[in-house]
Amino acid sequence: MSTVQVSGIERIAAAFAASGKQAALMPYLMGGFPTLADSVGIGRACVAAGADLLELGVPYSDPLADGPVIHEAATNALAAGVSLAGVLEVARELSASVPVVLMCYSNMVLAPGAGLFVERLAQTGAAGLIVPDLPYEEASEVLAACDAHGLALVPLVAPTTPPERLVAIGARARGFLYTVSVVGTTGERAALAERFAEIVAQAKGCTQVPVALGFGISTPEQAAAAARAGADGVIVGSRLVRAAAENDDSAAAVGEVVGELARALAT
Amino acid sequence: MSTSRANRVLEHRFGRYGGQYVPETLMPALAELELAWTQARDDPSYRSELDLLLRDFVGRPTPLYRARRLSERAGRTIYLKREDLNHTGSHKLNNALGQALLAKRMGKGKIIAETGAGQHGVATATACALLDLDCVIYMGSVDTRRQAPNVQRMELLGARVQPVEAGARTLKEATSAAIRDWVTNVADTHYVIGSVVGPAPYPALVRDLQRVIGDEARAQLLEREGRLPERVVACVGGGSNAVGIFTAFLADTEVQLIGVEAAGDGIDTNRHGAPLTVGGRAGVLHGALSAVMQDEEGQIVEAHSISAGLDYPGTGPQHAHLRDSGRARYEAVTDAQALAAFKALSRLEGIIPALESAHALAWTLARNDGDLDLVCLSGRGDKDLAEVLAQ
Repeated sequence: MSTVQVSGIERIAAAFAASGKQAALMPYLMGGFPTLADSVGIGRACVAAGADLLELGVPYSDPLADGPVIHEAATNALAAGVSLAGVLEVARELSASVPVVLMCYSNMVLAPGAGLFVERLAQTGAAGLIVPDLPYEEASEVLAACDAHGLALVPLVAPTTPPERLVAIGARARGFLYTVSVVGTTGERAALAERFAEIVAQAKGCTQVPVALGFGISTPEQAAAAARAGADGVIVGSRLVRAAAENDDSAAAVGEVVGELARALAT
Repeated sequence: MSTSRANRVLEHRFGRYGGQYVPETLMPALAELELAWTQARDDPSYRSELDLLLRDFVGRPTPLYRARRLSERAGRTIYLKREDLNHTGSHKLNNALGQALLAKRMGKGKIIAETGAGQHGVATATACALLDLDCVIYMGSVDTRRQAPNVQRMELLGARVQPVEAGARTLKEATSAAIRDWVTNVADTHYVIGSVVGPAPYPALVRDLQRVIGDEARAQLLEREGRLPERVVACVGGGSNAVGIFTAFLADTEVQLIGVEAAGDGIDTNRHGAPLTVGGRAGVLHGALSAVMQDEEGQIVEAHSISAGLDYPGTGPQHAHLRDSGRARYEAVTDAQALAAFKALSRLEGIIPALESAHALAWTLARNDGDLDLVCLSGRGDKDLAEVLAQ
């Protein structure tokens, strides 16, 4: 990075603005899966293939928002001894070339204290933080810590979120609004695009930040449908984690899928 | 949202513990549940239907039994609150029936639940059979093996038992799997959580449904002895029978409240289920901040207990608050001590206790002070015979 201090929030905004695609592409990778070194390779392959931002997962023992693919990757990473410190090093390596948003469950954020956790994250150069089990009511302390470091605390909204709650969450969103496209956990699903337009329109109507659609999006067709529905960003996770799990050259395999997704989002 | 918070009737926090650490998808369902419960519990039609079922179907009030030979052994009077005599063999039906009735009222036709030993699973399957609700029980595959008779019971009652293969394949993972199911099927599904754990409003809701234990016991003891007990003793995993019996005595400050956790192989080992006794940093598990077994980075670690119902690394947030405030005290009893108490009660009183309840008995049997203990005999031990005989 240059000597001019650019905040994480600003980096995220710039990445959405400069994607050059119908929607910014944000691949998810599980930190330390298959290995920490692989994670760096996968992240770089994603960037080379057209990723605009990266979402980096921290493996956790009890991931309530995740479906079987990401859960299993987390279990394997933990069994291999992957630590938070190791994942933060991945964040540091990748942050030099792309905005990295860390996805980490609340107990790991609160364990050292929100202030200390966010300070460590900020020191890696990461741009933001997603805590999938920290809803609006519980988020004040983490939000204050993130704001103090210019990091974006990215909130989630779901199809079940009622309008007045959407407005409250949208008003306090930083970086982007992580808009869950389905009622459910993370994971690939066959068809779900018919509700995209409605979900995206509701989300966009309640926030100033970009709206990124995620959970269940796995194919180029679904990614294109999300962009057509007006999403500013598309997040793809389980499909890529599966590619990493099923192939010896995980970086090449993930890069190939990301390339297909990027082409589907080309203008 | 500030208005709904001001109007809140159910506790979201007990001291600093509790809260709602869940995916956003569930937040509206928790609000819906809280509203439904605050309306139902004050509604005479709900109350009278539940009370009638508690009497005629569950068998309440349960007896308060003065354990004569056990008292002789201990050198003081010991009363047992006989929750083991409830239909399905434990206190779990008090809660499962109340929640199933609530789900029906909310128009939710599908019930999911987690179970460890199978007691809560059997209670939920029973309530669902009674009320004609679709029922899926999540159970770790280690527990489906070590509690096979309860799996057969649940299936006979019409429930589908879904084995969970993740992690240590016990109660923690079964609970996580049930929550994931709820995230996916929240529109038509009610999650009957089995203890005073989970996100608000569950700890308060389950407390409300289990407090009948202490309400009855307090009145029964006053009638029999004309006085309150010196100590109230109950085992604590998630802690629903303990909160259930403690609640009636919270204002009786002269009554000591003792929660007995599982020390497993010993609390100085890593193989126990005693987060309250051991202390340490609070943490988030299954949606609430409470005492929890975790490593330095905040990964939840596996618990161990001979008793599947106490084999859980977390506990209810109200217990963490009762500990910090000094109102209740928490100690732990090893597998070996619990086994000895299991055998002692069987021989002395002709009552085979659940291994969970045997922890509370072991604590009281190890004391040589006091004059009147009230012990919650939360369940019966038929389910544990194979486990005990294998030792």
